[in-house]
Amino acid sequence: MWEYSEKVKDHFLNPRNVGEIEDPDGVGEVGSLACGDALRLTFKLDENKRIKDVKFKTFGCASAIASSSALTELIKGKTLEEAEKITNKDIADYLGGLPEEKMHCSVMGREALQAAIANYRGQKLIKEDFKIVCKCFGVTDKEIERAIKDNNLETVEQVTYYTKAGGGCGKCQPEIEEILRRVRSDMEKEAHEIYVKKKRLTNIQKIKLIEETLGREIIPALRADGGDLELIDVEGNKVLVALRGKCSFCPSSEVTLKQYVESKLKEFVSEDLEVEEVRP
Amino acid sequence: MKVVYVDNNATTKVAPEVLEAMLPYFSELYGNPSSMHFFGGQVQRKINEAREQVADFLGADPSEIVFTSCGTESDNAAVFGTLDSYPEKRHFVTSKVEHPAINNLGPYLTRKGYKVTTLSVNREGQLDLDELKESLTEDTALVSIMYANNETGVIFPIEKIGEIVKSKGIPFHTDAVQAAGKIPLNMKKSTIDMLSISGHKLHAPKGIGVLYIRKGTKFSPYIIGGHQEKGRRGGTENVPYIIGLGKACELAKKNLEEENTRVKALRDYLEAKILEKIPNTLVNGDRANRLPNTLSVSFEYVEGESILLMLSDLGICASSGSACTSGSLEPSHVLRAMGVPFTAAHGSIRFSLSIYNTKEEMDYIIEHLPPIIQKLRDISPFWKDYLKSQNKERK
Repeated sequence: MWEYSEKVKDHFLNPRNVGEIEDPDGVGEVGSLACGDALRLTFKLDENKRIKDVKFKTFGCASAIASSSALTELIKGKTLEEAEKITNKDIADYLGGLPEEKMHCSVMGREALQAAIANYRGQKLIKEDFKIVCKCFGVTDKEIERAIKDNNLETVEQVTYYTKAGGGCGKCQPEIEEILRRVRSDMEKEAHEIYVKKKRLTNIQKIKLIEETLGREIIPALRADGGDLELIDVEGNKVLVALRGKCSFCPSSEVTLKQYVESKLKEFVSEDLEVEEVRP
Repeated sequence: MKVVYVDNNATTKVAPEVLEAMLPYFSELYGNPSSMHFFGGQVQRKINEAREQVADFLGADPSEIVFTSCGTESDNAAVFGTLDSYPEKRHFVTSKVEHPAINNLGPYLTRKGYKVTTLSVNREGQLDLDELKESLTEDTALVSIMYANNETGVIFPIEKIGEIVKSKGIPFHTDAVQAAGKIPLNMKKSTIDMLSISGHKLHAPKGIGVLYIRKGTKFSPYIIGGHQEKGRRGGTENVPYIIGLGKACELAKKNLEEENTRVKALRDYLEAKILEKIPNTLVNGDRANRLPNTLSVSFEYVEGESILLMLSDLGICASSGSACTSGSLEPSHVLRAMGVPFTAAHGSIRFSLSIYNTKEEMDYIIEHLPPIIQKLRDISPFWKDYLKSQNKERK
């Protein structure tokens, strides 16, 4: 038996906002009978373009019904721009969590919302440039990519839990693996860039990070060549170092400093850093 | 909380008589039946008695009874034990609706280089015996077909199947885990070479099973160890459970008539009332050839897990062939093999009764099930669409 939270049980046994709005501003439909779950979401906006009323109809298991109910509660009173920011994780969190195997229910909620908003705006969501990866459940590469990003997924099994992709005949699992590799590598690059660019460090944090980076990325490599390096001081963005060992007489020490030490520090600590050599 | 347990194809209550018979062997009578002293000897005698009880229940000779740890082990032992005995033969025949204990051996054997034929079933869940005939070749090492299906209760014509298989000189195994205790089994007048049963489906505890192996059947042991079970299954005997299973078989033989009269009548009553009170409901499986205790019904346009949890909230314990209950994403392989449409496969519920069920319990289910289905249909987007399409047709 699934371990459902009390909140899931409550939203399943007493679902909020069941029904269909007559003459709605937006309608979103996802899933199908064959897939085992489906959700039809309808909403109406007020004069301030906020969601005045929202209703759902769901065919599916307890977590699908609870996720739909939670979604309607989450978006009521929000503008479409605000509602759009809701991720499947928000739905799951609102419910006090879902069993991982059931996370696709929360994804279905998010997708229905996306479809309903697109419907309101007169956009054809389906016209996006996409490819069906999982033929059993009709899951596209875009849907898989989004689930991986929103939920920081790491394995094919997780992708199946969150999107159903790969859960039928299993033939698309290698392709999912490929998408996973690509998206995760993009995510890591992005995260790193954000980390480098957006970070505002206190002096103490900056010095610590410089020390860490020198210790991890730079000094071991220099020592391997018989050289060494010592951090003397940090003045603003100026990093003062002294070269030791073989490095101190090395004719290419200037190059080492600029191209190696400085570039590493820029990568791992801050773009603004400059390295200067202090001679005794 | 009130408990109405109608999930007896999943597992059954241990009969009080069974528990009572077992208890001394957990405490004072702990001897090893293989020991030479009187203390082990008295346990050995009790095991012999249990073996006789099981043999009597199956119409077999006690020497043909091998105790195992569960139904799955019995099935695996039958398959591997036979394939190992005929290493030159590389073809295995089974059906598309087997329990996972056989079903999942198919892909495994394929990987090992075997040719595996899985026979299809029709909409009623019945086999095509001509397809079986055509599938058998010189290379066929074993045919394994279940006696009765766990999900639908559909009973296969096992003796007819056995005749076909035996006429080609091929060994024949049947998984009778669901049949045992519900319909009469008599190995004296049978074409079956090997048959699996499981204790916990007939009011013995979980963790004990039997593989019947007809005298003269080639069999290589699957679990290799000591001389226990005449070298056909190593490992010190699970004494209390074997004794419990012996008692359970004795009771099952006695209760067989009640299963086929009172329990069957309860099942039929439940079925009739559900069909009467809930529209767009269909019964899955061949109703004329079905276990007396099993009812598989599909409620269109709703999903099984939701039904189960609402029933569970009222203390009613049943099961479903829906995708969501299994953790897999597709509905039961049995219903799919039968071609049950998706509108119905996701909304299938299995009620499986036992001699401990009463008419009051059936009435309790009949009272509470219709509003649950209605509530879920009111939530389902497809129900309204369906009603609309019906109205259009009428106009």
